[in-house]
Amino acid sequence: MTKEEIIKPENLVYKKPTLMNDNPMHYCPGCSHGVVHKLIAEVIEEMGMENKTVGVSPVGCAVFAYNYLDIDWEEAAHGRAPALATAIKRLWPSRLVFTYQGDGDLACIGTAETIHALNRGENITIIFINNAIYGMTGGQMAPTTLVGMKTATCPYGRDVTIHGYPLKMTEIAATLEGTAYVTRQSVHSVPAIRKAKKAIRKAFENSMNGKGSNLVEIVSTCNSGWKMTPEASNKWMEENMFPFYPIGDLKDKE
Amino acid sequence: MAEEVLLMKGNEAIAHAAIRFGVDGYFGYPITPQSEVLETLAEQKPWETTGMVVVQAESEVAAINMVYGGAGTGKMVMTSSSSPGVSLKQEGISYLAGAELPCLIVNVMRGGPGLGTIQPSQADYFQTVKGGGHGDYKLIALAPASVQEMADFVGLAFDLAFKYRNPAIILADGVIGQMMEKVVLPEQRKRLTDEEVIARCPWAAHGKQEGRKINVITSLELDPSIMEKRNIHLQQKYAEIEANEVRYEEIDCEDAEYLIVAFGSCARIAQKAMELARAEGIKVGLLRPITLWPFPSKAIAERAKQVKGILTVELNAGQMVEDVQLAVECSIPVEHFGRLGGIVPDPDEVVAALKEKLIK
Repeated sequence: MTKEEIIKPENLVYKKPTLMNDNPMHYCPGCSHGVVHKLIAEVIEEMGMENKTVGVSPVGCAVFAYNYLDIDWEEAAHGRAPALATAIKRLWPSRLVFTYQGDGDLACIGTAETIHALNRGENITIIFINNAIYGMTGGQMAPTTLVGMKTATCPYGRDVTIHGYPLKMTEIAATLEGTAYVTRQSVHSVPAIRKAKKAIRKAFENSMNGKGSNLVEIVSTCNSGWKMTPEASNKWMEENMFPFYPIGDLKDKE
Repeated sequence: MAEEVLLMKGNEAIAHAAIRFGVDGYFGYPITPQSEVLETLAEQKPWETTGMVVVQAESEVAAINMVYGGAGTGKMVMTSSSSPGVSLKQEGISYLAGAELPCLIVNVMRGGPGLGTIQPSQADYFQTVKGGGHGDYKLIALAPASVQEMADFVGLAFDLAFKYRNPAIILADGVIGQMMEKVVLPEQRKRLTDEEVIARCPWAAHGKQEGRKINVITSLELDPSIMEKRNIHLQQKYAEIEANEVRYEEIDCEDAEYLIVAFGSCARIAQKAMELARAEGIKVGLLRPITLWPFPSKAIAERAKQVKGILTVELNAGQMVEDVQLAVECSIPVEHFGRLGGIVPDPDEVVAALKEKLIK
């Protein structure tokens, strides 16, 4: 069988979503961001919302998300993405509006904006990448850093007597009356990626159907910040992150 | 039909004018002495008439970032607050200026620093015209001196903001916000349709339309050579605004031997002081900056050739006086008279200060 006989449209089993452009990503090899970007692009395309979506990028590693997905974007100040999304969705109700935020952005400096946008039941989706560390600034302690975990600003491990406890924002979100769908997913394996995509699809559809606010946490790796190989990071995440941040739906109003 | 003359507070006039002008969204947080803006909007329910969105945010920080979000889509959006709240908004204001987003911010100033007082002040002059937030940027700053101007400047501020893709601010003080006066509101306009917004703002992010590249609203650029170009572009825009948009009012300046420069409520007090002084034979004129930035430096420099001295009257410890001194380049004496901490001076005090500081 020749190469020409194999490469035919009917044999195509995978292609890059057309919304993802060819710009080289700045994300570290092994990072979860690229996978989540791809899932978002796929869901937008499958919903036919390419021309009606506005993304809000955060401050953090995903600040340049707008360089990779060919949709309209607004880049927010640190933590303020849900405030931007609130206004965008209220002023353009026909648009699909989502924020894409890391743990420092969402669960620390933007805690108030996150909780209040969710609790107002804004018809938006918040994608929350939780890798338990500040990636962009070089691996400092995050609000979600696990107890005992070492970072640049807790080099001897997170000590609750000094640093307090990791914050479970997704559990908090699930208690809010305004939220429609609150879930925690991961993208470290093929089954996990498939489930995460379904979760993003449900959240985006809720956003368009006026069901309220949606939070999709993706428990993620930061192999550079964690100072591990991508493979070891996935294993470490399963063994250490999942027990504290269990995977699954926390709230589904349907 | 005769114009309908209404009696209302300056803050209420802002709210009514916003609805009448076809503003798309207001995002605010209660703080004295400007809470009537949000209260009036909530009472008027414009979402049922014009479709205007009104949101009480969780903080001034969230409110200004809602303005950023809305302005980035090309819609006409605004916020209002008072001094401590406007301090909280400075981060967002810097981002708005950096991303070149048109919007309106209203500051109904109260005395500071800190929690200060709820009484009137003009001590946020520096914050408004010299920066406030980080980076090299300018706000188009309008200073109303009456309830009528509170209403009129809403439309003017948006026109200028969209003309130059730059945030505009109405810098009022607690007197102008709280006092009741006669006002004629603008005619009710229809809000722009989404299609009209898209046509008006080809740069805005509201969903990538067919046939164009994606629009990204951002103030971020890591390449310093590009970032410098962006900054130079901003400075060129500011120079254009300075060349075209200076606004001021002169009263009885033709034969003046002394000049008072004052804005907002102080200009009203100074006008009365001027009458009292003229009754005593002291020829005083009043120059009232309407745009605090761009500042009417040339007009003041021109009057400096004619008068013996200038007195600024401000509800602060001496802020605008520095810009007046810069304008006249030490050619004549420039003095400041101000009351602090929420005290509003009498016209008599202004006359006394004029005599003591300039005539002697």
